[in-house]
Amino acid sequence: MIVRILSEGQYRVEGETLDKINQLDEELMDALTQDQADRFHHLLHEVAGLVRSGAEISSEHLVESDLILPADDTTLEEAKRLFSEPS
Amino acid sequence: MGLMARVSTIFKSKVNSALDRAEDPRETLEYSYQKQVEQLQNIRRGIAEVVTSKKRLELQASRLQQSVAQQDANARDAVRVNRDDLAQEAIERKQGLVAQVSALQSQIEDLAKEEARLTDLQQKLQTKVETFRTQKEVIKAQYSAAQAQVKIGEAFTGLGEGMADVNMALQRATDKTESLKARAAAIDSLEDNPAFRNDALPSTGDSIRDELNKLKASSTVSDELAQLKAELGKGDQA
Repeated sequence: MIVRILSEGQYRVEGETLDKINQLDEELMDALTQDQADRFHHLLHEVAGLVRSGAEISSEHLVESDLILPADDTTLEEAKRLFSEPS
Repeated sequence: MGLMARVSTIFKSKVNSALDRAEDPRETLEYSYQKQVEQLQNIRRGIAEVVTSKKRLELQASRLQQSVAQQDANARDAVRVNRDDLAQEAIERKQGLVAQVSALQSQIEDLAKEEARLTDLQQKLQTKVETFRTQKEVIKAQYSAAQAQVKIGEAFTGLGEGMADVNMALQRATDKTESLKARAAAIDSLEDNPAFRNDALPSTGDSIRDELNKLKASSTVSDELAQLKAELGKGDQA
């Protein structure tokens, strides 16, 4: 799977790492809906670290991502705003 | 559904508004290329904006730093002539200024981070634009092939996503510089106002907390005064 970290770049992540990411991703959503800023930041960093452990896709390649993670310094408020914005 | 899948969905719609598809895929390619070149210019402007704001804050910080030194000298002079009342006032002002300087410094760091982020994105985008320019010509040359359609589709979505990402990073940087600009202007106008110097502790909206903060501040002022007196050998005469 190709995962993009916003403001940073794209990575290819597979196998166990991907499973772990998916699991933490659910928790991330939970932290967001429950307004738990500390837990949200902690999880965001952890997920970003796992994504970065994958193979970085060079910026010369134009490929679409399967999953997109907000930049790792995104605040809970910014993340909420992202979801409330009319697209 | 997890957070990342939701963000992706939101993003896909941004991609479609970042790039418009034309009837003729060759036009889409040209149009996308133009958009990228424009975006590179936007990002350069964004960086310049961040740098300007950062410089302004740095100037303010150095001005405030001078005032800190001035109040420190005032306090020392006051202690030397045994004017504790004046020394105390100077220390109060100094502490208020020190708090302002440290707030400014954290904002300066924040902007430096934005600058680094945008510069990194600029370099990546530059590479992408170059790649796209080459690919565009190749795809156009083999246009009649059905495969070209697929290739255009892939390049298009991949590129659009990258562009939407850059747009968002630019928006974040702009929001930050805007709010800091407003703050910098507020500090500028406060600096001209002598009342500001005695108003180092803004109300928290909680009267008990305000009172405790005042006590805490006055004890740090008397601590610093005592320290200064000891330093200048005036402790016994207090």
